[in-house]
Amino acid sequence: MRGERGPGEICEVNAQNETVNSHTIAVLVDNEPGVLARVIGLFSGRGYNIESLTVAKTDNVNNMSRITIVTTGTPMIIEQIKAQLSRLVPIHNVKDLTIESASVERELALVKVVGEGEKRVESLRIADIFRARVVDSSNESFVFEIVGDTGKLDAFIRLMEPLGLADVSRTGVVAISRGVKAMDVAY
Amino acid sequence: MVSKELTGSEIVLKALEEQGVTEIFGYPGGAVLPIYDAIFNQNQIRHILVRQEGGAVHAAEGYARSTGKVGIVLVTSGPGATNAVTGLTDALMDSIPIICLTGQVPTHLIGNDAFQEADTTGITRPCTKHNYLVKDVNDLARVMHEAFHVATSGRPGPVLIDLPKDVLMAVGTYKPKSKIKVRNYNPSVKGDLNAIKHAVETIAKAKKPLIYAGGGVINSGPAASKLLTQFVKMTGAPCTLTLMGLGAFPASNKQFIGMLGMHGTYEANLAMHDCDVMVCIGARFDDRVTGRLDAFSPGSTKIHVDIDPSSINKNVRVDIPIIGDVGHVLEDMIKVWKGTQAKIDAKALKAWWQEMNAWRSVDCLKFKQEGKVIKPQHALTRLWELCREAKKEPYVTTEVGQHQMWAAQYLGFEKPNQWMTSGGLGTMGYGLPAAMGVQVAHPKELVVCVAGEASYLMNVQELSTISQYRLPVKSFILNNFYLGMVRQWQELLHGQRYSESYMNSLPDFVKLAETFNMVGLRATKPSELDDVIKEMIKIDKPVIADIHVDQMENVFPMIPSGAAHNEMLLGPEDETEKPISEEGMVLV
Repeated sequence: MRGERGPGEICEVNAQNETVNSHTIAVLVDNEPGVLARVIGLFSGRGYNIESLTVAKTDNVNNMSRITIVTTGTPMIIEQIKAQLSRLVPIHNVKDLTIESASVERELALVKVVGEGEKRVESLRIADIFRARVVDSSNESFVFEIVGDTGKLDAFIRLMEPLGLADVSRTGVVAISRGVKAMDVAY
Repeated sequence: MVSKELTGSEIVLKALEEQGVTEIFGYPGGAVLPIYDAIFNQNQIRHILVRQEGGAVHAAEGYARSTGKVGIVLVTSGPGATNAVTGLTDALMDSIPIICLTGQVPTHLIGNDAFQEADTTGITRPCTKHNYLVKDVNDLARVMHEAFHVATSGRPGPVLIDLPKDVLMAVGTYKPKSKIKVRNYNPSVKGDLNAIKHAVETIAKAKKPLIYAGGGVINSGPAASKLLTQFVKMTGAPCTLTLMGLGAFPASNKQFIGMLGMHGTYEANLAMHDCDVMVCIGARFDDRVTGRLDAFSPGSTKIHVDIDPSSINKNVRVDIPIIGDVGHVLEDMIKVWKGTQAKIDAKALKAWWQEMNAWRSVDCLKFKQEGKVIKPQHALTRLWELCREAKKEPYVTTEVGQHQMWAAQYLGFEKPNQWMTSGGLGTMGYGLPAAMGVQVAHPKELVVCVAGEASYLMNVQELSTISQYRLPVKSFILNNFYLGMVRQWQELLHGQRYSESYMNSLPDFVKLAETFNMVGLRATKPSELDDVIKEMIKIDKPVIADIHVDQMENVFPMIPSGAAHNEMLLGPEDETEKPISEEGMVLV
């Protein structure tokens, strides 16, 4: 299916629309050395933004990985990013999950909070509200695991700041379309 | 039949042979010695020993562009590979199918800073269409055949295969081409029929149609040029070509209005600006073509045919994109045009041609040959006329700069694949090795490298290769002792401060020719020009013709940086009237 696109799909880009939006793009790639470098090199070489990037092997049968990239740009830039990605040889399929279908996005963070007394209790209370789990604790610290969309994670981390936020590790966004349709391997 | 076990080197050569390769350009070194050993033991493939790896890539580009075949390069690891980088980037920009085989240190030494080690796949990732590092000899045959597929399908480009020495020496099984299935790179060649119908309707309704075609037509093959010619004739529209597209439509045809862009003709650029339907076929709205983007052809409906989806809507927003091979799409367009008996309003078309003829009457390429100095335009005009008189249709390569633009303006190509130039990257040093590659592919034809003296020196070592293989390449040097295009920009943009653009101590090109056992000729005044050109065409040996031309001549017309198509400078008298803007100066 590579290179095949209806003319309408491209025409839909609104000529007047120069607003910059965030888009989540899912990319199915061969799981081979250098493929991530190709994707990252494309973004840096052409001056596109990467807000977040995740990658892992998702298909053992075909030996493929799935990359989820959150990027920003005008509709024309996003269209370019998709076309440029599709052109890379080890890339099988590229989907803009923000505009092509409804989708679910999730991110996981591990958040270390160091403190004592009331602050420590308060952090637990907030974690409870956000349904964050404690995955490690010592007398003076917690490590919370929190899952949600980017906004929820941002809010949680902001609330932890005055309570002794010490360290954050985030996975970046993973996303998948809603409904029955799956992403083609597109041989 | 049981498949025979071969060494990695033998597999490389067998794959090349199966793909129909007869010539390769290369330079040996430690890491590729096993391949050179295998080359020694066979007679199918001829190896051309260049003098620097950069020359090998440009030679392969010339070979590929003039034949439509894939150009093959073989170089060693480390410096061999890094020297090839410029040529690979050049081929990527101009969509030339190249396969570059590089040696690599043995797999167990990769990453150890071994002697002549470089991260070749890392370095060349952004300047190739695709690259491979082969770590298992049993992958080798697949990778070789896949590389040919990738280099030639879709938008062509350079593919690099990095070959560690231990893989070349290991023993493995060869798989023929027929057994290889490329699973994920199969660009479609047929355009969407609804879009094609829509395009044809739009063209038929046009009052001021214009066809703007480029290098994609050449890449699609000679049949595409024939189809383009047929389509232009059917529509009655004017046709302009990009630098890379010259030859895709016959220059002598009345509907041809010349090259467009920064140094394109007055009529072509004004037609681009004023047309109401623009049909872009196998071109990519390069910044040399569009000038200032916000003033680019403001009133036109744009149709864009390109095999590469990433070319669509990259610089200029188009209304009707058609993704597919130019040849296939043109075939369908002609069918639909005939089927619907489409016809452009004759009255409107006549009025459009009247405008065109008024622009043409400005005669933007006119020049005066007078006095004791040879005008470069005159030298090229005479070169072309005398080739015609001698019944020759030369293959022409160029270096980069003023001479390149004059060659594009004054040499009229009738056929595709006759014109080889570095368009996208603008690589000085391209022309001489490219001419060498063209001559290898067409040993009996006349091959002329139109050069400037500065560009010529950038790969001058290849004279030695030309001499060794007795390639009768003709170098036609328009010698003005300046980096002419740099000097022109300094004159127009930097208050005539000619910083580092004059060259002293140039070689005596006649003596240079003699040291390489070639013929050296020189013309310093107009009266000597014709004799030198005639002599050059006649001699069946490599020739360097050193033509001393006007040092202060500028290339006109010119769309200055940051200006629009309708703000052209037609000649020196325009320079003072239309000073170049601050914003324009920032642009290249």
